[in-house]
Amino acid sequence: MEERLQTVLAPYKGKRDMLIPILQQVQAALGYLPDDAMAEIARTTGLPESRVYAVASFYAQFRFTPRGKHTIMVCRGTACHVRGAEKILEETERTLGIVEGETTKDLEYTLETVACIGCCALAPCIMIDEDVEAKLTPKMVSEIITGRNTA
Amino acid sequence: MTFAEIQAQANLEWEALNNGGRPQITVGTATCGRSAGAMAVVKAFEEELQAKGIDAALVEVGCIGPCYAEPLVNIKKPGWATVSYRNVTAEMAREIVAAFLLGDDPLAKYALGVFGEGEIAGIPNILSTPAFKPQERRVFRNCGTIDPTNINHYIANDGYIGLNKALGMRQEEVVDVMKRSGLRGRGGGGFPAGRKWEAGLKAKGTQKYVVCNADEGDPGAFMDRAVIEGDPHSVLEGMIIAGYTIGADTGYIYVRAEYPLAIRRLERAIQQAHEFGFLGQNILGTNFSFEIRIFPGAGAFVCGESTALTLSIEGKRGMPRVAPRPRTTEVGLYDKPTLLNNVKTFSSAPMIITRGAEWFASVGTEKSTGTAIFALTGKVQNCGLIEVPMGITLRDIIYDIGGGIADGGQFKAVQTGGPSGGCLPESLLDTPIDYDSLDAAGSIMGSGGMVVMDEKTCMVDVARYFLDFTEIESCGQCVPCRLGTKQLLDILKDICSGRGKPEDMDLLYELSHSVHGGSVCGLGQTAANPVLTTLRYFRDEYEAHINDRCCPAKVCKSLISYVIDKEKCVGCTLCAKSCPVQAISGEKKKIHSIDQALCVQCGVCLEKCPKKFSAIACVSPKVKQEES
Ligand SMILES: Cc1cc2nc3c(=O)[nH]c(=O)nc-3n(C[C@H](O)[C@H](O)[C@H](O)COP(=O)(O)O)c2cc1C
Ligand code: SF4
Ligand code: SF4
Ligand code: SF4
Ligand code: FES
Ligand code: FES
Repeated sequence: MEERLQTVLAPYKGKRDMLIPILQQVQAALGYLPDDAMAEIARTTGLPESRVYAVASFYAQFRFTPRGKHTIMVCRGTACHVRGAEKILEETERTLGIVEGETTKDLEYTLETVACIGCCALAPCIMIDEDVEAKLTPKMVSEIITGRNTA
Repeated sequence: MTFAEIQAQANLEWEALNNGGRPQITVGTATCGRSAGAMAVVKAFEEELQAKGIDAALVEVGCIGPCYAEPLVNIKKPGWATVSYRNVTAEMAREIVAAFLLGDDPLAKYALGVFGEGEIAGIPNILSTPAFKPQERRVFRNCGTIDPTNINHYIANDGYIGLNKALGMRQEEVVDVMKRSGLRGRGGGGFPAGRKWEAGLKAKGTQKYVVCNADEGDPGAFMDRAVIEGDPHSVLEGMIIAGYTIGADTGYIYVRAEYPLAIRRLERAIQQAHEFGFLGQNILGTNFSFEIRIFPGAGAFVCGESTALTLSIEGKRGMPRVAPRPRTTEVGLYDKPTLLNNVKTFSSAPMIITRGAEWFASVGTEKSTGTAIFALTGKVQNCGLIEVPMGITLRDIIYDIGGGIADGGQFKAVQTGGPSGGCLPESLLDTPIDYDSLDAAGSIMGSGGMVVMDEKTCMVDVARYFLDFTEIESCGQCVPCRLGTKQLLDILKDICSGRGKPEDMDLLYELSHSVHGGSVCGLGQTAANPVLTTLRYFRDEYEAHINDRCCPAKVCKSLISYVIDKEKCVGCTLCAKSCPVQAISGEKKKIHSIDQALCVQCGVCLEKCPKKFSAIACVSPKVKQEES
């Protein structure tokens, strides 16, 4: 990890106003923002560590815990909401045995919600990694997830 | 190369593609097309064309509009009208190649319609159907028709003419044209664009910036992304013209990091614009120089607000400036004069310069000129992105373009403006779409979400949903916004869970007004709109929740029960097997029953019970244990 982190940070020495792009790239490289990476970002940019945390925690994109191999994002946008997104989220939580924001113990799935996937026309939808599953019912959700696990 | 030479070259390429005697296949591969499976369709066409040795052009384009029909494919075969196919699969793609490209059967059963010259028996002309007739594609002029990764396609469709023309005009003249066009900011507020550009020009300072707001925070809107994915150069051209007009040398595009395809399209477009001399030093041989940078936003709704957005680009927490609140045109990014506009505002500028202010103002209403774009979604048949002249009524949009309510439902409300907007009832369906009329009705134009709701939508729940959103997204600086949204949310949650009190409605009114009055930015100022409009137009639903503990739409879980009809249940056991919490008991071929103490109201059993029995129902108010 150390090495990957250094490669990402190398071009940003002292570049304070690049903090958000730096955080984005570190997260892209490591999957999340571990404490030592945050300290390293502070050193590289010359910003106090508290400031790095303050900025990172402000934005929904940044995560401080490791992620599962796959990410399931349940859309909670308006179009999905009026077509039953809440039930979809609950069923996903029940099937995975975790709640929104958590990762399964086997580090297989991380469950998140997202404001809108942009296929509102096919609501309600979820996104499993890059694939969108559309026009869902609670029954379909549990079938899709259990189907993946047994496949 | 001179601009005329660039144009000549682009026109040649475009002509060869369109009238070169080869069939042309276009597939919509914007994000929504991809999620419906467009990439598999592209692959199928590629393979099939190669296998059959057919010489045809295969072009990937952006959003065509009718997202409900994705993946969408258009086929232009020499001598035929262009046929548009809907919900195409890889299988159908192969079939279409065999029947229509090798043979002469256009496969009418798969067609959505035809357009262009000519007719085909059995397939309607798209532009004369109620769904398309009222539409006027201006901002979407190239979306779905050009390859967004090919700058020549853009140039051949009047691209960069506006920039070339603007560079020959005085800055004041550009401002004048923008002012006369009547264009209002498409980011939601509707501030006159020309006046903002004028303020940018007049602002004192040698360093100025142009910023494009592509944060698109409304959780039910995706048109800015569609414009960027389908026609990125139109946004760049608008920004470059703006840079010239106010005297800026750098532009930023603040685009959501969740839009990776849009970011890739912008990067590519910026690179091409450099190669062609539309960006960089001495643009088109003048002494004007301009650069554009992309800034991926990190996901905070409040960063869509101008002052928060500029702070975010500076690498800070994106909190709106509280006091003093200077105009961004005077003190913006890095405290320098900054012209900030929405994606659609910028992409409108080139056509205004090219075709003139009068042309632009020739559609729309006197005070809201041009067209409006909406993401029409929810319980409507034809969901998708639409562009209509301002002034058209909500009814025309929902019933003609949208094809009415989906699944035989009953219209209840239409929501515009996202978390800042309101829900309008049936009686206001004849309201014209323009900034001022929607404002007067208690909603706002917003940046383009339009969500249709039917009798199965609970309006108290909708208010709760939006407050949930704004409460999380409030940056917390203003006490009335931070605490007020929390209190509003708590009351709404109470009402939804059966703990509502008669005085709650008055309390909601009072709180709404104090949140509105005590907030510095638009988020807080408009946060109560969903509450106020639902209270005003759907008061009976609040009363049912509070007085009768009944949710008429059967949405609020604490107020509903799932019950099995003893007369109808045949004991097939399907429901019991599917219940995630084992709340259903009963033996095979015996009547089943639901233990209300265990049931979590997931609704799976209702879905599972075979249609021919339909033995399970959802009821409100709740039943007592023994009744089920
Ligand atoms: C909380 C909040 C969120 C906003 N989100 C957006 C947005 O996502 N996109 C946008 O263009 N404008 C958004 N705005 C409006 C901007 O502040 C600004 O008015 C607009 O981008 C100016 O561009 P225009 O004049 O072209 O409309 C938002 C405003 C507020 C208060
Ligand atoms: S109104 Fe709300 S979101 Fe806006 S600055 Fe105040 S606290 Fe922040
Ligand atoms: S609604 Fe869900 S929890 Fe309740 S009985 Fe039916 S399946 Fe079981
Ligand atoms: S699925 Fe329907 S018919 Fe079958 S046991 Fe359950 S309630 Fe009875
Ligand atoms: S609201 Fe779910 S995809 Fe847009
Ligand atoms: S038709 Fe695909 S994004 Fe709309």
